[in-house]
Amino acid sequence: MVMTTITSIFDYDFMRNAFIATTIVGIVAGAVGYFLVLRGETFAGHALAHVGFPGATGAVLIGLSPIAGLTIFTIIAGIGIGILGNKAHRDVAIGIVLTLSLGLGLLFLHFYTAYAAQATNVLFGNVLGISVDTIWALAGLAVVSLVGLLLIARPLLFASLQPEFAEARGVRLTLVSTLFLVIVALSTVEAMQIVGVLLVFALMVAPAAIALRLTRRIGTGIAVSIILAVAIAWLSLVLAYLTDWPTSFWITALGGIGYFLSAARFDRRRTA
Amino acid sequence: MTALSFQDVSLSYGGRAVLERVSFAVEEGSFVGVLGPNGAGKTTLLRAVLGLIAPSAGAIKVLGETPRRGNAAIGYMPQARRLPPTLGLTGYDLVVGAAGGHRWGWPFASAAEKAMATEALERVGANDLAKRPFSELSGGERQRILIAEALLGNPKLLLLDEPLISLDAAHQRSVVELVRKIGSELGIAVLFCSHEINPLLHAVDEVLYLGGGKAAIGGVDEVINGDVLSKLYGTPITVLRANGRIFVLADDVSIEGAEHGHDHDHEHL
Repeated sequence: MVMTTITSIFDYDFMRNAFIATTIVGIVAGAVGYFLVLRGETFAGHALAHVGFPGATGAVLIGLSPIAGLTIFTIIAGIGIGILGNKAHRDVAIGIVLTLSLGLGLLFLHFYTAYAAQATNVLFGNVLGISVDTIWALAGLAVVSLVGLLLIARPLLFASLQPEFAEARGVRLTLVSTLFLVIVALSTVEAMQIVGVLLVFALMVAPAAIALRLTRRIGTGIAVSIILAVAIAWLSLVLAYLTDWPTSFWITALGGIGYFLSAARFDRRRTA
Repeated sequence: MTALSFQDVSLSYGGRAVLERVSFAVEEGSFVGVLGPNGAGKTTLLRAVLGLIAPSAGAIKVLGETPRRGNAAIGYMPQARRLPPTLGLTGYDLVVGAAGGHRWGWPFASAAEKAMATEALERVGANDLAKRPFSELSGGERQRILIAEALLGNPKLLLLDEPLISLDAAHQRSVVELVRKIGSELGIAVLFCSHEINPLLHAVDEVLYLGGGKAAIGGVDEVINGDVLSKLYGTPITVLRANGRIFVLADDVSIEGAEHGHDHDHEHL
């Protein structure tokens, strides 16, 4: 009975699209998120997603596609945060840009009232409304992010684990950090299509944080992070289908539960 | 031959002048203890030698050249930092990752990088130690791995930033002896930063004492005496010797070792 219900999910085009989209996004978010958590830059990732809000709403205002606006805005913000470097006041600056972005997004919505109905989709995602065109855009962005990550992984790891030593050995910390944040920007654009601007943490950070707690090797950690991100997204689609509750809710719930379970396990292992 | 020379060098950090018109030279094969209280400019001096900051005046020569970033002839050990406790990276992973860490691409180590890592670990006698997760090693064991990293690619000049921090006396002694041995085996100059002279007392050929924006270089007795240090700080300093140890006092407050065991992050932020 439940099995036939679950297989009947694939009778719908929008469900097939949703599964393809979450698979692509899960792979990217899992891999990029691992490095983001390892570097302790999750707040930057969160802020990049918020910058996407005026990007998406502003793009519609001037007749561009929301995804184009998102991409341009988040890449610029990624470069900005990268150049700020590890300055003492970076978190304050990021926080102010984050609120400013939400304010600007609100203003753009005010000017373009017909778009207001879409605001919830931008903020909380609408995985069931993903078109074939969007899937192609997601696939393109995914290839760019993953190839980028592949190219910078070695100096990125070195700079993340031993920054002063890496700098002395000739690694350009600002360049590596900025390139990484551009990759993060592209990945947040991807994640936003599924869970929206406000909930990007659920796909970018939760699976990676769980993976970092459960694994000890970097290679396995990245693999577990990807598998968790994709699994959480798929399971959420099924649960959303069965309960008719929003998919984004299920993604945040599963990510949260997984994180707290792994934290409890980790604490036990530490005290053991 | 001169391994390192400073000619009227001024260095500033974050808009603050740290060293002003400082001149000194370090000969090849010499073991130099770089001393001075926190904020005296030890880390800033090392960063200038590494080419990471440019002097605001004067000229630095490293092995006959102007300092440049990523100079493979310099081995460097920054102050130790912690790794995320869940990461199971071994000491070997860290050293081999550092061997080729400046190259772009996915982190697969080449045969040459593996050989470099093994050679460096062998020199500090840490090949077995390096098989264990770095985060599970003791302070002294970690320093051994980090010294191996500094030795990657057989440098001609070794810069070590506070390798003795948060080590007990026995481990301090073994680190100093290890560095001393490596320096003479390779015949290279070593700059060994410490905010305390006593662990280095019998190992160093010379001390480079930083304070009050100035520097004094010479043998321990030549530099660490009331006259030289009083001139350096511009305030009366007394140097006491007892039980083979040296105590540096200003207005009855000990400068040497006064801040022992504290966190020194602010010095290089």
